[in-house]
Amino acid sequence: MVAKRIIPCLDVKDGRTVKGVNFVGLRDVGDAVELGAEYARQGADELVYLDISATVEGRGTFVNLVRRISERINIPFTVGGGISSLDDAARLLDAGADKISINSAAVRNPSLIDQIAGKYGSQFVVLAVDAKKVNGSDHGVGTTGGEVADRGVEERWQITTHGGRQMTDMELFSWVREGQERGAGEILLTSMDHDGTKAGYPCELFARLSEVLTIPIIASGGAGSAEDIAAVLSEGRADAALAASIFHYGEMTVGQLKSRLRQMGIDVRV
Amino acid sequence: MIAIIDYDTGNLRSVCNALDRIGAEYVLTDDPAVIAQADRVLLPGVGEASSAMAKLQERGLCEVIRELKVPVLGICIGMQLMCRHSQEGDVDCLGIFDADVRRFEADPSAGVKVPHMGWNSLTDMKTGLFEGLSEGEFVYFVHSFAADVCDDTIAVSANGRRFSAAMRRGNFYGAQFHPEKSGDVGERILRNFMNL
Repeated sequence: MVAKRIIPCLDVKDGRTVKGVNFVGLRDVGDAVELGAEYARQGADELVYLDISATVEGRGTFVNLVRRISERINIPFTVGGGISSLDDAARLLDAGADKISINSAAVRNPSLIDQIAGKYGSQFVVLAVDAKKVNGSDHGVGTTGGEVADRGVEERWQITTHGGRQMTDMELFSWVREGQERGAGEILLTSMDHDGTKAGYPCELFARLSEVLTIPIIASGGAGSAEDIAAVLSEGRADAALAASIFHYGEMTVGQLKSRLRQMGIDVRV
Repeated sequence: MIAIIDYDTGNLRSVCNALDRIGAEYVLTDDPAVIAQADRVLLPGVGEASSAMAKLQERGLCEVIRELKVPVLGICIGMQLMCRHSQEGDVDCLGIFDADVRRFEADPSAGVKVPHMGWNSLTDMKTGLFEGLSEGEFVYFVHSFAADVCDDTIAVSANGRRFSAAMRRGNFYGAQFHPEKSGDVGERILRNFMNL
């Protein structure tokens, strides 16, 4: 069977990586290419580079950095942030990106998924989804050890854009199903209620998603510990976990995380 | 000199970058004369099988490839095109490997996803392509279709069903995985190919 993937996420601004808690209060943590190469050396399965300034400030994509990453890094990497047209995707493909992730632009224009997947294949298109829980019984932030307090039977997850600042009227399950039908090759789901909290992932939500999707699901946002990641990969049945802070601030290396996951019975590449 | 066959399909830059990292010299070309004179030939590609096959035909490359005597390595869709037939677009392919290419069946309850995407292990590895590597080594896959296991299979992997992760017939080799994206293991496989 295919191994569960561990994917460090590098938020990039001006060619350097930053990470913010709930996307606010950015802190510079290093050079994007060097940090990516280090993660690859430690055993990362893939990398994700997000140009976080792009969506917010309407900045163009970061093609030159992508070219340097592609020359140096010998594992797959995804780039995202501000991709809003087939041309944007084409430039990044030509620069060497293995996949692109699209988020707000796909919400605005869902046929963008069809266009990019139709031209370059589903494997090239990661549909990133930022979801927020509404009218649930509580706010659902997990406790330690990956336990999750999501119990609202009426809970409903809505799609947000622009880093969680804009709520849409789109419902999560129908949107990801639509994304899959339109040709997305993977779903990268971030719970905006959990992102940056280090309180764990909403595992129940991920498990429900895995019932309705045939494409791989990447869990993002909320990892505070190896136990959290183990929980979303086992109980949450996610195919991959994306994390940033846990690595960026030196709490553990990718290799240390994978050893712990393996001890907990998770099938990872070591 | 390696000829990388450029038939307007997918991301060739990754393959070029990987060859740069191992210090191999290459030329990107769709010129039959250049391909016929190369020491090694790579047939890479991502995309859809019937349109990729049509592009080979448009460029008059099918016969050129079949008649090559030097080591040839098809990667991903490149390997699939070297099989008999692909279910993707219901297309007859080059017929070098004795296998058909069929879609994976997703089985979410068993964790079988389509596309098969990520690092999976290799077993039953044969030939010099895997020199220095051990059973269970992980490589990176991205695909929704795969060739059945057959006499030409030189490495096996599984996603719901077992499939040919690599194949060989004579001087023709194929890798369903992406050596150019498979870290140090992939670089070793590319080096091995250079030494065949």
